[in-house]
Amino acid sequence: MLLKFDALEAEGWDGFVPGKWQKEVEVRDFIQKNYTPYEGDDTFLAEPTQDTKDLWQMVLDLSKKEREAGGVLDMDTSVVSTLTSHGAGYLDKSKEKIVGFQTDKPFKRGMNVYGGIRMAMKACEDNGYKVDPEVVEFFTTHRKTHNAGVFDVYDAEIRRCRSNHIITGLPDAYGRGRIIGDYRRVALYGIDFLIEDKKIQKESFGDIYTDDVIRGKEEISEQIRALGELKQMAAAYGIDISKPAKNVKEAIQAVYFGYLGAVKEQNGAAMSLGRTSTFLDVYAERDLKNGTFTESEIQEFIDHFIMKLRCVKFARTPEYNSIFAGDPVWVTESLGGMGVDGRPLVTKMSFRYLHTLDNLGTSPEPNLTVLWSTNLPMNWKQYCAKMSIKSSSIQYENDDLMRPIHGDDYGIACCVSSMVIGKEMQFFGARANLAKCLLYAINGGVDECTGVQVGPKYRPITSEYLDYDEVMEKFDDMMEWLAKVYVSALNIIHYMHDKYAYEKIQMALHDRDVKRYFATGLAGLSVVADSLSAIKYAKVKAIRNEQGVVVSYETEGDFPKYGNNDDRVDKIAASLVSTFMHKLRKHHVYRNGFPTMSILTITSNVTYGKNTGDTPCGRKHGQPFAPGANPMHQRDTHGALASLATVAKLPFMDSQDGISNTFSIIPGALGKEDQVFAGDLDVDLKL
Amino acid sequence: MEGMIHSIETFGTVDGPGIRYVVFVKGCPMRCQYCHNPDTWEMAGGTKKTTDEILEDYEKYKPFLKDGGLTVTGGEPLVQIDFLIELFEKAKQRGIHTCLDTSGIMFRRNVPEIYEKYVRLMKSTDLIMLDIKHIDPEEHVKLTAQPSENIFDFLKFLDEQEKEIWIRHVLVPGITLIPEYLKRLGEFIAQFRHVKALDVLPYHSMGKEKYEKMGIDYVLKDVEEATKEQAIEARKIIIDAMREKRRLMEQG
Repeated sequence: MLLKFDALEAEGWDGFVPGKWQKEVEVRDFIQKNYTPYEGDDTFLAEPTQDTKDLWQMVLDLSKKEREAGGVLDMDTSVVSTLTSHGAGYLDKSKEKIVGFQTDKPFKRGMNVYGGIRMAMKACEDNGYKVDPEVVEFFTTHRKTHNAGVFDVYDAEIRRCRSNHIITGLPDAYGRGRIIGDYRRVALYGIDFLIEDKKIQKESFGDIYTDDVIRGKEEISEQIRALGELKQMAAAYGIDISKPAKNVKEAIQAVYFGYLGAVKEQNGAAMSLGRTSTFLDVYAERDLKNGTFTESEIQEFIDHFIMKLRCVKFARTPEYNSIFAGDPVWVTESLGGMGVDGRPLVTKMSFRYLHTLDNLGTSPEPNLTVLWSTNLPMNWKQYCAKMSIKSSSIQYENDDLMRPIHGDDYGIACCVSSMVIGKEMQFFGARANLAKCLLYAINGGVDECTGVQVGPKYRPITSEYLDYDEVMEKFDDMMEWLAKVYVSALNIIHYMHDKYAYEKIQMALHDRDVKRYFATGLAGLSVVADSLSAIKYAKVKAIRNEQGVVVSYETEGDFPKYGNNDDRVDKIAASLVSTFMHKLRKHHVYRNGFPTMSILTITSNVTYGKNTGDTPCGRKHGQPFAPGANPMHQRDTHGALASLATVAKLPFMDSQDGISNTFSIIPGALGKEDQVFAGDLDVDLKL
Repeated sequence: MEGMIHSIETFGTVDGPGIRYVVFVKGCPMRCQYCHNPDTWEMAGGTKKTTDEILEDYEKYKPFLKDGGLTVTGGEPLVQIDFLIELFEKAKQRGIHTCLDTSGIMFRRNVPEIYEKYVRLMKSTDLIMLDIKHIDPEEHVKLTAQPSENIFDFLKFLDEQEKEIWIRHVLVPGITLIPEYLKRLGEFIAQFRHVKALDVLPYHSMGKEKYEKMGIDYVLKDVEEATKEQAIEARKIIIDAMREKRRLMEQG
């Protein structure tokens, strides 16, 4: 059913090329019909204004104070964070062109309890605060949380897997995150239009009340309420977002309010922004043409917007921060990429976003992610390279690989999870420790660190030297078991998250029928690949403790190591990925999810190392895993291309949620410096 | 034919133009005090690889190497000159840019069978990076345990052969990083018209660990690393001296 709208949006849409997007919520159609690709260079960019400099100085001062206070400056302990829980907050109202904080003042962290009251209490206590006892009482006695729901259902086996770290980081006590609302919809359509659309969606479920229909209708009602609250939230700042934005400033503000609503409602493991720059550029181009704003003003709006994104903060525990090495929000914004029609999706706004790294200085947030294609305009490529060298703050992802799957309006959640904005979402699923699974296969399900019978009591390997075929057979059985427990835990988690901590505002900015990726992940790929290679190509002797549990290995002889473009071991790694994915696909998944897997432990590799005993590859208990799909430290000895070629062999279709390879290089290893190196001496000497 | 290989670097960016596939060979008669690859000195302990094996492996990385090519370094590549001739001739058949990074120590103009090999090798070599260790003959022996006369003669030979030459020079504080020597170096290389580039490399002590592992005494243990600023200054001294010498040559 199509919406009928008349004059109400005329003002905001004036001058835009009309299309399907006016009749239904279809942001991509709007972008495609209206955007202006930019192939020029960065010389048009504007310097920061005085207001920008003043505000950023205030942020820096607050950051300093926050560090001095031990990491947290202020926390709310009595008001549960919702879209409308707090009044307006400002740095300096007279200078801020884009407004809005999560609570009533900057750097004050909100309290999100729907994920789990215990986590909220601990986050406060660890930082020297205490949650109001009335809130605790309410959320333990009267209102159940996601965490409580999950633990009502978890069985003993799942608990054992959790406490022995073979399945880790499960979002069962905190917000799962990884959902990207299409925040652009707030700007393009205004809340009233979106609510009308949602009402039609609700009706469209019909009146045959199956479980799915009941849930669907209830969720849409929640979404409609959330949209109303978003309007109220904006009104607290004196801004009306009920109608389409009329210029670029209003559009940026509306997009930001959409996002702000999400980070007030959810303290998710990754709260990403989407793909907003080219959308906003349409407004900027119109304003430049009409003389509404100057380049300097537009850059100022963007600088202030990005500044706000840098101030997003959550109440978290030190343990959480140690897993993620810092206090990340993962405000990922995807920039550039190519359109399916061959036009680059690079606009002036893409440049303006990266330019904030100059105007405000470098920062890990927002996580500016360039969707890289070999066909991108050269000027853009050069600007990205220049800003990367300057800031070390840009992430790159392969658009040529993802575009065939998602089209050209997808974004990245967290670091690598790709999804079509507003049409696809993800159930975040943490990861399983495949290295430990291999050790369980050898030890018949007994944990090598704790001695607990965690997995099924399969027959352990009893020979002194490990036989490749025997290990593989047992490993296959153990992976089968692990896949089942893992998917079971995730089914419980997502059921409860939907029930007790539903992402109302984010899902309000999605279509009715979304594709739900059921994400999983694996850790320790290179450890397992090298271990199996050692067993196959060298001689590995098992060392047992008094209980007969293999706790160490002696490896005689050399073996091919993952990371050297050597098919003998690279094929083992690639087949592990496909095998485990295949096993995951066998199981029923919640809400008809589409199972995917990632290989992306970017920072938790240290924790994995601590919790995993000696491995046949020669790695000792406590030694970190390699991050993501990386080769083990110092085992890739043939240079970067060989190392990258190995990783590139992993099958993307079997690890569609992303493969990460953390790559560091010192600048000197990227080529000669002109200051020291003198080429073309002839020319030089003629001077 | 097989060569004795120390290791392969698939992403070489400092050993010639562009991104290069770098082959480190085993064996070197020099014992430069600052050498950061002492594990390449002896022939033993390497991996045997045929020229075809190397070139087939090269093909795997071809898209990345299109503006670069193949560099052979070491060790001293010219210790295995027959292998090198075959490798470079086959590389040229495949259209690969070839670069030789050498000390020139093996060159012998007066031994005809050796000389002929050099003439032949030059036909398939696109670029030579010649590492001049020390400009002063006596200091050269102290620093490298070898005399410099054949090296300087090799430079002359390369110029006669009209080969593109890059000069490399490591700046060691107190040994080569001395204005007097740098000036003499500049004056010397000014005579050779085919010298196209100058690469001054500040001495670093990153090789130290290898010496400790191998149980060899590291002579330079008390020598400071050279800084980038010193390198910029040294480069200027060398180039000024070159310029002055060329000017005099043109006048004379």
